[in-house]
Amino acid sequence: MKVTLRIKRFDPDKDAKPYWAEYTVEASPVDRLLDALNTIKWTIDGTLTFRRSCAHGVCGSDAMRINGRNRLACKVLIRDVGEKVTVEPMLGFPVIKDLVVDMDPFFRKYESVKPYLITYDNEPGTERLQSPEERARYDEGTKCILCGACTGSCPSIWGNPDWVGPAAIVNAHRFIFDSRDQGTAERLAILGQRNGVWRCRTIFNCSDACPRGIPVTDLIEQVKRAIVYGDRNID
Amino acid sequence: MYQKFDVVIVGAGGAGLMAAMQLPNASVAVLSKVYPTRSHTGAAQGGVAAALGNLEEDHWKWHMYDTVKGGDYLVDQPAAEILARDAIDAIYELEHRGLPFNRTPDGRIDQRRFGGHTRNYGEAPVRRSCYAADRTGHMLLQTMYQNAIKNQVRFFNEFLALDLLINEGRVCGVVALEIRTGEIHTFHAKAVLFATGGYGRAWRVTSNAFACMGDGMAIAYRRGIPLEDMEMYQFHPTGLYKVGVLLSEGARGEGARLLNGKGEYFMERYMPTLKDLAPRDIVSRCIIKEIKEGRGVNGEDYVYLDLRHLGEKVITEKLPDITEFARNYLGVEPIREPVPIQPTAHYAMGGIPTDNDGRVVIDSKWTPLPGFYAAGEVACVSVHGANRLGTNSLVDLIVFGRRAGKHMARFIAENDHVPLPPHHEDFAREMVDHLLTSKGGESAARIRNELQGEMLENVFVERQEKGLQHAMDTIAGLQEAYKKVQLQDKGKTFNTELVEAIELGFLLDCAAATVHGALARKESRGAHYRLDYPERDDVNWLKHTLIYKGDGTCEARLDYKDVILIDDPIFKPKERKY
Repeated sequence: MKVTLRIKRFDPDKDAKPYWAEYTVEASPVDRLLDALNTIKWTIDGTLTFRRSCAHGVCGSDAMRINGRNRLACKVLIRDVGEKVTVEPMLGFPVIKDLVVDMDPFFRKYESVKPYLITYDNEPGTERLQSPEERARYDEGTKCILCGACTGSCPSIWGNPDWVGPAAIVNAHRFIFDSRDQGTAERLAILGQRNGVWRCRTIFNCSDACPRGIPVTDLIEQVKRAIVYGDRNID
Repeated sequence: MYQKFDVVIVGAGGAGLMAAMQLPNASVAVLSKVYPTRSHTGAAQGGVAAALGNLEEDHWKWHMYDTVKGGDYLVDQPAAEILARDAIDAIYELEHRGLPFNRTPDGRIDQRRFGGHTRNYGEAPVRRSCYAADRTGHMLLQTMYQNAIKNQVRFFNEFLALDLLINEGRVCGVVALEIRTGEIHTFHAKAVLFATGGYGRAWRVTSNAFACMGDGMAIAYRRGIPLEDMEMYQFHPTGLYKVGVLLSEGARGEGARLLNGKGEYFMERYMPTLKDLAPRDIVSRCIIKEIKEGRGVNGEDYVYLDLRHLGEKVITEKLPDITEFARNYLGVEPIREPVPIQPTAHYAMGGIPTDNDGRVVIDSKWTPLPGFYAAGEVACVSVHGANRLGTNSLVDLIVFGRRAGKHMARFIAENDHVPLPPHHEDFAREMVDHLLTSKGGESAARIRNELQGEMLENVFVERQEKGLQHAMDTIAGLQEAYKKVQLQDKGKTFNTELVEAIELGFLLDCAAATVHGALARKESRGAHYRLDYPERDDVNWLKHTLIYKGDGTCEARLDYKDVILIDDPIFKPKERKY
């Protein structure tokens, strides 16, 4: 089938402002949208620029705005979008070129919540014990691939680029609710600040955008409750 | 731009990050051509092996035996001993660093069965693979990256390595392209580690990411460093049909079985003891045989992976990602339907030769090139020999990434920087300038596409002289065409067309080395199966191939290196039965 892609383009070396370009390519309904982008790049216009790597939804490189929603181009099939599709860079990030956005601020925010296991006890000679129930408690957050789809879909980020954003909170949650971790107080202190969890307005765009099916808004709410009630075991 | 560090690590997957962890007091730069969390380690699924014995009796020596036998005895046995012994502590270290393993009811790390891992030297499958659902590599990569942040490791993200600098007989740095700006950077260092991964993109059907283009291997090869055992390339039995995306061996570890078009669970016919959990080279060959003899599904070139009898609970809880891949890409519901699969290009057993401390060794006498290290898929230690066992890639990353890091820590304490060679950026600048200014009219995409088709046709699970020679001629032609590649994007900012063209050059060199090794090795061993030489030949071929780049574009010079055996009758090469 023929598919027409309307793509928002911008090359800082050549363009004063972004513009829309249209490409029509041959594609199969079970092709990925990423395949169509590659077809354009390899057969029509080599200057079209986007990130991609694993091509099956686990590396998080190709998050972009597809028909108004943040998606991974390698997880969206042509049959999901039909004959006409609009592709833009994610909102809320500075654009470097075409569909490539600057991810550095996103990773700085991620780093700010201490996204690593903090322990003060001596390590045992073998593994630390953790029951399957304790392990399940923080499972959702471990699925995060740091693609930025949630953060880039959040109106609170669009309005305030300094906000820490959903992805960072999900990764804080992953440790706050890990029974092995001893850094909860440090993390909750960071997330209780002005640009911490409270700028979340429970809009649910993040949950809709997550390509890993993480209930992002729910996890953010759990962190809010941990701050208010001081108990990380509250569901 | 010029910058000076103690150590430069190229590649931020499991091996690179594990090495970086060992250098807390050194100035270290980690270069990644993507963002570190995009590295292909993150796509590993099924697990990481270690003889913890959490669920049943297990011993590191059994793991070592399985590794040696699984590698069809092309494994350097002292390296396999280190792999199996060190794996246990390495797993505990990962747990201490936060890796969220699945747990047993009593809270210990859960373990499952995997291909070729057995108890008591081949008696029956053993539970040895530590895992986190079917996203163990993702968890490992995330955990290592989290710890790198904790240790304030300095990353240079989206930097593509172009050249390795050698002076006064020592490696002294790396030249790289900053993708975002198009600038060329020199990283001057006392020691350089390549942890750049594999080159699965040389085949059309592959589990590998677009990034797996053989960068590190090709850069070393162009600088006169040999590549070892490149003919030993693994084709994973269960790639999603046509798409190539991996369906973890963990599925078969949980009990899934291969089913042919006649409704037969055919592996029990070939390998009565391990059945579907035989090593990957064997299972892939069996699938190809079923297809060739007309027992593919509807007479086509695929068979099924059948998970239905595992039940919804096991599938949902232990294999969620691969289930979603089948649903999303093939529209198949694994709980109710068998999943179409075919072998997919997966893993390079060969690579840059190293010793057990990750030091690159450049000839048959194990002469090190001081200051140069390699670890992970880019390296050939050789622990995987002619066929890697499932889960041993992650073990390799953590065990030998760690050893390389520790050795570099000693090396930089005892050595100073050597000066950079004269005109050290010329080679890299010429490569980039040539591509940006060429008017040859050739398309990189066309060359890559033809290469991938040729490799799938003639350098796949089954090989023979005629097909390999055809591949050699094709690649030689493509190497010539490559010189005429012309780009549309001449810009400096984030020029991914330029990046892809540079990577294609790397990929062509890796493919050429693979075919040189495969043409020369006139026997069948592990993943290298020659229809015209179907038997293993220990008298003439129990040796590693070393491939040196020759004078012409596609030429090579071959040498050989002994396999290191240990004095223990258990590990004496014998016929491989499962």
